Amino acid sequence: MFDALSDRLERIAGRLRSRGRLSDADLDEALREIRVALLEADVEVGVARSFVQGVRERCAGEVLSKSLTPGQQVVKAVHEELVAVLGGETLKLTYASPPPTVVLLAGLQGSGKTTAAAKLARWWKQQGRHPLLVGADLQRPAAVEQLRVLGRQVGVTVFSESTDPVSVARAGLEEARRLGRDICIIDTAGRLAIDAELMDEVRRVSDAVKPHYTLLVIDAMIGQDAVATARAFHDTLELDGIILTKLDGDARGGAALSVKGVVGRPIVFASTGEKLGDFDLFHPDRMADRILGMGDVLSLIEQAERAMDKASVARSASRLMEGRFTLDDFLDQLQQVKKLGSLGGVMKLLPGMTKELRTAADQIDDRELARVEAIMRSMTPGERTDPSVIDGSRRVRIARGSGTSTQDVNQLLKQHREMQKLVKAMANGNGMPGMPGLGGLPGGKGLGGLGGLLGGRKQLAALRALGGDAENDGDGLAGLLGGTGRLPSLDAVATGGRSPSQSAARVQHGAKGKNKKKKGGRVTPPKDR
Amino acid sequence: MRPAPPSPAPQEIGTGAAPEVEAPAGEALVAEVPVAEAFVEVERPVEVAAATFRERLGRTRGVFAGLRSLRGKGVDPATWDELEESLLRADVGVATTDALLADLRRRVWQKEVTGGDQLVEALEGDLVDLLSLDRRWGAAAGAAPVLGRGSASADEVEVAAPISRDLRFDDEEGVVNVWLFVGVNGVGKTTTVGKVARQQVAMGRSVLLAAGDTFRAAAGEQLAMWAERVGAGVVRGAEGGDPSAVVFDAVQRAAARGNALVLADTAGRLHTKVNLVEELKKIRRVAERPPGRVTEVLLVLDATTGQNGLVQARQFTEAVEVTGVVLTKLDGTAKGGIVVAIQKELGLPVKLVGLGEGPDDLVRFDPADFVGALLG
Repeated sequence: MFDALSDRLERIAGRLRSRGRLSDADLDEALREIRVALLEADVEVGVARSFVQGVRERCAGEVLSKSLTPGQQVVKAVHEELVAVLGGETLKLTYASPPPTVVLLAGLQGSGKTTAAAKLARWWKQQGRHPLLVGADLQRPAAVEQLRVLGRQVGVTVFSESTDPVSVARAGLEEARRLGRDICIIDTAGRLAIDAELMDEVRRVSDAVKPHYTLLVIDAMIGQDAVATARAFHDTLELDGIILTKLDGDARGGAALSVKGVVGRPIVFASTGEKLGDFDLFHPDRMADRILGMGDVLSLIEQAERAMDKASVARSASRLMEGRFTLDDFLDQLQQVKKLGSLGGVMKLLPGMTKELRTAADQIDDRELARVEAIMRSMTPGERTDPSVIDGSRRVRIARGSGTSTQDVNQLLKQHREMQKLVKAMANGNGMPGMPGLGGLPGGKGLGGLGGLLGGRKQLAALRALGGDAENDGDGLAGLLGGTGRLPSLDAVATGGRSPSQSAARVQHGAKGKNKKKKGGRVTPPKDR
Repeated sequence: MRPAPPSPAPQEIGTGAAPEVEAPAGEALVAEVPVAEAFVEVERPVEVAAATFRERLGRTRGVFAGLRSLRGKGVDPATWDELEESLLRADVGVATTDALLADLRRRVWQKEVTGGDQLVEALEGDLVDLLSLDRRWGAAAGAAPVLGRGSASADEVEVAAPISRDLRFDDEEGVVNVWLFVGVNGVGKTTTVGKVARQQVAMGRSVLLAAGDTFRAAAGEQLAMWAERVGAGVVRGAEGGDPSAVVFDAVQRAAARGNALVLADTAGRLHTKVNLVEELKKIRRVAERPPGRVTEVLLVLDATTGQNGLVQARQFTEAVEVTGVVLTKLDGTAKGGIVVAIQKELGLPVKLVGLGEGPDDLVRFDPADFVGALLG
């Protein structure tokens, strides 16, 4: 849902990443783009402005950290500002004693109040509570009927009568007490914020039942008006939180930022689908990461650190430095990658993933890796150390043993040969222009950005710093991630289904990418990105 | 050079409605729509005068307050910021705003436009043109002819046709016109169907409603209430049933009963849901079968919708060839500026505007009044 915003910020960050030094002009441009990204995501103009201002101040006040490139410092500043604006705190739901806890839902017409009421009832029911739904929307034809139908579906009693909203709400609360329900959810009529009379009505309802929680239901697709709406309701009702609906669309949900920025109330629940179960608590603290598309990288790195065998990583890294790269090393790396979990899952954690790639990630077949592995495992240790001994009959044996064809074996061997050449060349410190793995260098677009992020040791260190782990001890790890950053299937997907061995070979290209950086010691952007 | 910029104030542009109809903000609306009574409106006589666009907008926002500060001043960077901000705040969107302002900047630079007054007027003129003329704006920037305000000169090289906002109705023997109402959830499709039905019935057309929203609980009931209220027939299906079947039945029944127009409600659906969009395509296909003929596909759009509105319009147009937009809930504080982007990018005109909750608050779109309110 927040993909678009995060994609854009990612692109900005990617460009800045490639800069060695950040000039004022660069900063201005970056901030301008951040502003556009926010506006396109429907963040309110004023909120966007103060957001950008906040980022600027953070950047200005920042002591130049050793482990961060200037571009990364902007990203870090954006990240911190997002966290600051969204706020880390989740609304802690407490329950009234004596019960029932009264929850009042208000919102514009069509924001999804009635559906949200039913979903909320279902959610509480699952929490072991006993809610009662009260239909106080007497205005829209058949609104109460809709609530009754939904109530039946979630198995929650619906109370309503055709008097007036205030009486219904009051009687509903009585009914909840009588039935011994501990939650009383009151659905009110949708209204236009400017409509004084209707706002007055909802206030009278509110006064009558003294809700413990007043929740504003807001449509994720709302534009600049989100702020006016939230403010109007907040002035009238003193909101406690927001329910954000229709997050399953492709709206960018900037309203979440706007509303939090203006009325200072958190989003408590989010509704992410038409089904009554598509509803859950919203975690504002996770959203900054999500918008920026970075938090998941942090968890990926954590995951990698947990899963990977540092000794083996260090071993293969040092061999690479010497320009050696045998099939054994390859197999070793493959094992490490596999520990991270399914490739599709890992890919989704990577930044710079476009929507298409994300979809493609769902379809990644982990068996491709298995096939590559099978080929290598069908070789003798001697063959793995020195593939040149593999002749025609050995090929046939290997193919048969791994259930593949000799072509597959050939391809893998060929790729390995080329990679070995590259690794050697790099160990000798030569540049490597025009190689397929070049996307792994920083500053590339799309995939390149992704490769760049993981491919660069420095970047990685920066990310670790972002994650609060500024200690830079991760060289070996970074090296490995450099290798795994460009996951084979990623290329396979991007190029429309490459053969397994070829894809696997790509892994090596990435690996060499990291080696280059080790040599260079400093990340410099390739000219021909 | 642009021929005769629009008259100095929006009050004088366009319809010529007398300024004195404007009441102070937020009053009449309240008077006309008593809260609990709306429900029992069936008994009420229906001769509430159709509100004019301006009247309603004027009430709620004080036409043109926003850019007044720019008048009588020169043009400096702050001016541009202010123009930009007012467009962005109206949900016009970054790209469209940039395009509009780039053209204005060029004209200011060429001294075609000088001073705050002219600048505001030029912007209004551009917006009105954009919303009035049947062409993709931007292709002919600079040579923009001005139509519809009595100032178009005959020697204009490029003459763009004014956009038709008429709802197409083929008055042929044996043809059942089908108007399809589509959109995302909660924009007011069912209500719009009801209001259009009422207007069409008032025009003397024989209308049948098709409750194609078989998904949302009680949507059928809601439409049935409207049918009863306006005196039209309604065809309903089972909840969760096939909406295409409902529309098919409606067309068949309309043919049998001699109804010339079927208004087909559909379930709200996000444009991202592939299967639901497929379902919509099927509804359209089925409705197109003789004697049915789909003469309008109206995208119902909520004025509060932000930049996602453009995406919606694009997707729905691709799927079911949308013919026009109905912009609902424009009587709130939201300005609905996304329709400017929709018109510009997709050439999709706004045909109707919802200005309130009353049954007669659905009126024809008026670009000049809309623009006046947009910048206000």
